[in-house]
Amino acid sequence: MSRTSGRQRQSLWAIFRVPVLLAVLSIIGLVSALVGDELWDVLSWVMLGVPIVLIAWCLRPGRSACNL
Amino acid sequence: MKPRTLRVWIWLHKWSSLVSMLFLLMLCLTGLPLISHEEIEHWLDPHPELEAVAPGTPRPALEDLVQEALSAQSANHVVPFVFFPGDEPEAVVIATAATIKPPATGDWEGLHFHQFDQRNGKLLGQEPPARGFMYFMLRLHVDMFLHLPGTLFLGAMGLLLIVAVVSGVVVYTPFMRKLDFATIRAARGPRVLWLDLHNLLGIVTLAWVSVVGLTGVISTLAQPAASLWQGTELAEMIAPYKDAPPLTQRVPLDVALATARETAPDMRLVAMHFPGRDSSGDHHYSAIFVGNTPLTSRLIKPALIDAQTGALTDIREMPWYVKVLYLSKPLHFGDYGGLPLKIIWALLTLITIVVLGSGIYLWLRKPGRARAASAPGRGQA
Repeated sequence: MSRTSGRQRQSLWAIFRVPVLLAVLSIIGLVSALVGDELWDVLSWVMLGVPIVLIAWCLRPGRSACNL
Repeated sequence: MKPRTLRVWIWLHKWSSLVSMLFLLMLCLTGLPLISHEEIEHWLDPHPELEAVAPGTPRPALEDLVQEALSAQSANHVVPFVFFPGDEPEAVVIATAATIKPPATGDWEGLHFHQFDQRNGKLLGQEPPARGFMYFMLRLHVDMFLHLPGTLFLGAMGLLLIVAVVSGVVVYTPFMRKLDFATIRAARGPRVLWLDLHNLLGIVTLAWVSVVGLTGVISTLAQPAASLWQGTELAEMIAPYKDAPPLTQRVPLDVALATARETAPDMRLVAMHFPGRDSSGDHHYSAIFVGNTPLTSRLIKPALIDAQTGALTDIREMPWYVKVLYLSKPLHFGDYGGLPLKIIWALLTLITIVVLGSGIYLWLRKPGRARAASAPGRGQA
């Protein structure tokens, strides 16, 4: 994600593109383990793991933002 | 967004969260062990290993095991159902109780589970249902020991959670107009730090919390849905028996089981309800099947077997609302994708606890809260 250098207003899309992407990945993860086993389970772990990894990445010491 | 509209959303977010907060925290805390109920139950109460059975050992008739289970109880006890545990294909569990139907509230008098090895009829265990730690967690989570009213109340708290999530997303928007995604302003004092954390953790787990909340709310409607099914579809299936004379002698369990297995050879039989249950009516055994694929193994399909003749009366798909209910359960408890999914579920639950806790903190530490309290009617933002 690009840094907003000034204090200008961000568009709705700029605010929600990461959350929407995470929501889509989460839904894929929630459903995939339900419809299949093995690879589908792994897909589910990866998709639902993304928000957790992202939080850990954003909160790693010495950072004030994600700099995605 | 007009400032006035925003104030309404903030008001919604604040009050929907505050009203449901204690219950949501309780649901998170009791939900944590429930995610891993299989592992924990196994650890608290290990199953006895089944012994090797010599080839050619004659299998006992299950009806004989039913009689053996009954003979261990008081004379007037009955068998409401038997089930075949999914984790132990050779075992059968025969339930006995003082009444064929569970009471509307309170414990089922005399309920005992008799577990046998189907291959040689050896009795493996004979005990009332477990009343340990996991039972306590489950009852707190499902109805707080208050039966249907408790369940429906928790469902209402779940609806408030959904209101809080939706209003939270709306309120998130103006907050983030001038901030990058996941900005954490640690240097601006603890309130700003926790506000940023609340926003980050909340928005990142949005979809998961929504699905767990919604499927939880759906699950609270299990009892009404069962009554609806019994009053419509089941009533229709057993309508021809409405004026039939009372059942005097049921066919042996083995006959009903043979009919059931013949009816749906490619499905797994998980339970058989005896005549007299709400799920079977007065003249039928009700065989409960599940499918064999990951998805259909979550869905039940009942077959009604005439208890007088042992012949099949009807087998039907469950209506859509029962399917939704059964699919909601794994999506709520997270026990459907192996241990890694359970760990992810637990981590997401912990994150939700932080979101709830930080929400309370932000409310308590609201700047100008004292002022607002002394001037009631002024909205706070």
